[in-house]
Amino acid sequence: MLDELRELYQEVILDHGKNPRNCHPLEGASHMAHGNNPMCGDTLDIFVKVDDADTIADVTFVGRGCAISVASASMMTEILKGKTVVEARQLSDDFQSMCTQDEFDFAGASSALDEDAVERLQMLSGVKEFPVRVKCATLAWHTMNAAVVDGGEEITTE
Amino acid sequence: MSNASNIIEIIPNAGSNAYDVLRVRQDFPALHQELYGKPLVYLDNGASALKPQVVIDTMTEVMSTYYANVHRGVHRLSQLSTDAYEEARRKVATFIHAASENEIVFTRGATEAINLVAATHGRAHLSEGDEIIISHMEHHANIVPWQMLRDELGIKLKVVPIDDDGQFLVDEYKNLLTSRTKLVAITHISNALGTITPMAEIIRLAHEKGALVLVDGCQAVPHMTVNVQELDADFYVFSGHKLYGPTGIGVLYGKLDLLNAMPPYQTGGDMIRSVTLEKTEFADAPHRFEAGTPAIVETIGLGAAIDYITSLGLDNIAAHEHALLEYATTRLLEVPGLKIFGTAKEKAGIISFVMDAAHSHDVGTIIDRTGVAVRAGHHCAQPVMDRFGVTATARASFGIYNTKDEVDVLVEALQTVQEIFG
Repeated sequence: MLDELRELYQEVILDHGKNPRNCHPLEGASHMAHGNNPMCGDTLDIFVKVDDADTIADVTFVGRGCAISVASASMMTEILKGKTVVEARQLSDDFQSMCTQDEFDFAGASSALDEDAVERLQMLSGVKEFPVRVKCATLAWHTMNAAVVDGGEEITTE
Repeated sequence: MSNASNIIEIIPNAGSNAYDVLRVRQDFPALHQELYGKPLVYLDNGASALKPQVVIDTMTEVMSTYYANVHRGVHRLSQLSTDAYEEARRKVATFIHAASENEIVFTRGATEAINLVAATHGRAHLSEGDEIIISHMEHHANIVPWQMLRDELGIKLKVVPIDDDGQFLVDEYKNLLTSRTKLVAITHISNALGTITPMAEIIRLAHEKGALVLVDGCQAVPHMTVNVQELDADFYVFSGHKLYGPTGIGVLYGKLDLLNAMPPYQTGGDMIRSVTLEKTEFADAPHRFEAGTPAIVETIGLGAAIDYITSLGLDNIAAHEHALLEYATTRLLEVPGLKIFGTAKEKAGIISFVMDAAHSHDVGTIIDRTGVAVRAGHHCAQPVMDRFGVTATARASFGIYNTKDEVDVLVEALQTVQEIFG
């Protein structure tokens, strides 16, 4: 029982949950979207600055939520800086697959990431054992996607 | 999940001598199962209650013997089903002390009951400039239908504030009541805070201004004696599934003259007096509001649930749950960094809390793995969450079968949260 919980609430996740990185509005953001999980009331704003080369120059977030959703948003902002919009979108899909599919090879799929980044994101794969919490982990990624790809509509997890 | 080898028993700490909680626990088969190898501790009664064997058996009996459509045939089974269905209506009327069973309308749930009043009474009798008053601690089901009506008719929707203990502010309410106030829709017990509102006074003050009152009684009917005539409630709604009955069945009580002055809600079969191709005469209440084949099995099941909790005694239940509330409040406040929202003087067995260490969703996930079921989230009462500056709380809500030992399990589980979150 406690093993699965420890797997979910690893030190790194608890740290990002308590001390989120890049947690502030972004001046000069080119894209923004509001994410909302109506089931639990968690909300998240994602700010992205995309440069002329279609690369994410900066990404930040502001929000309230559980340890999983805040940690996921915090880790995402660290990893996306310097990635192209196309890469970000692919990563978002891969991250979703990692959180829901047992057999998914996240490391193999994520060629845009270095080993360290893969390892960090994989820490969130513990949500697989907690199906109702998958939405907490994926909210930031869905919202980022909405910001850069779909043009910034409000998105919800429902 | 449940088989002979893993049936477990908690030895409960009985709350009072008059009330044998051990016996009550025997009546609920779902209590005798393990989750993750731990005994189930079900503290989510405010969302929905578990079902006693007698409700399960009654519904099985209906479907395996005398089931047929009601109010239709001359044949034997239809007659038996109709009798049982209408008997359930009488049981509900007795249970809430209505003057007549014709004041009991069966609906799909409390939500539909409120929507029914908004769509029929509201549309027929309210017009632009009229006012409806709700409180800051309503369930979404007692907010959204009135917002829709406001937008449709151009009426005003006013909100009675609550204080930091989550208490209904009567003086503020008095100031909001005007000659244009046509309807007051207030909860009897807050699902998010446990506050028991001063309903008799709320109704008296409304009637002095000529306004009608709809009471959301979902959390009240499982926990205390409700007497709609003593309260002088105009409408009183509740759902069956929180009352240890099945889902899919709820009740709208309305004073008979009010119901008969309301146009139909849905139309079709079973709600008419006569139909020609040109026009229709509608039946009187309650059948006017029960179009189509109703939830026959669920209605009869609700009747069985009412018999069951009546046999335990509503006053005994209230005393038992109050003892649990006091014990749990004391124990929970021993947990470092735990804060309770909803500290009204008059309170039912519902405790909403947050922990400094962890978000309510994380609390819910962690204690779930110890077999403890609580609600984590906004409890369909987001304005209450806003009032207290949070997006979510964890909520333990007690029922007739809960014990002090189970409260201890909850407290231990919260200590696990502390351990994990450091």
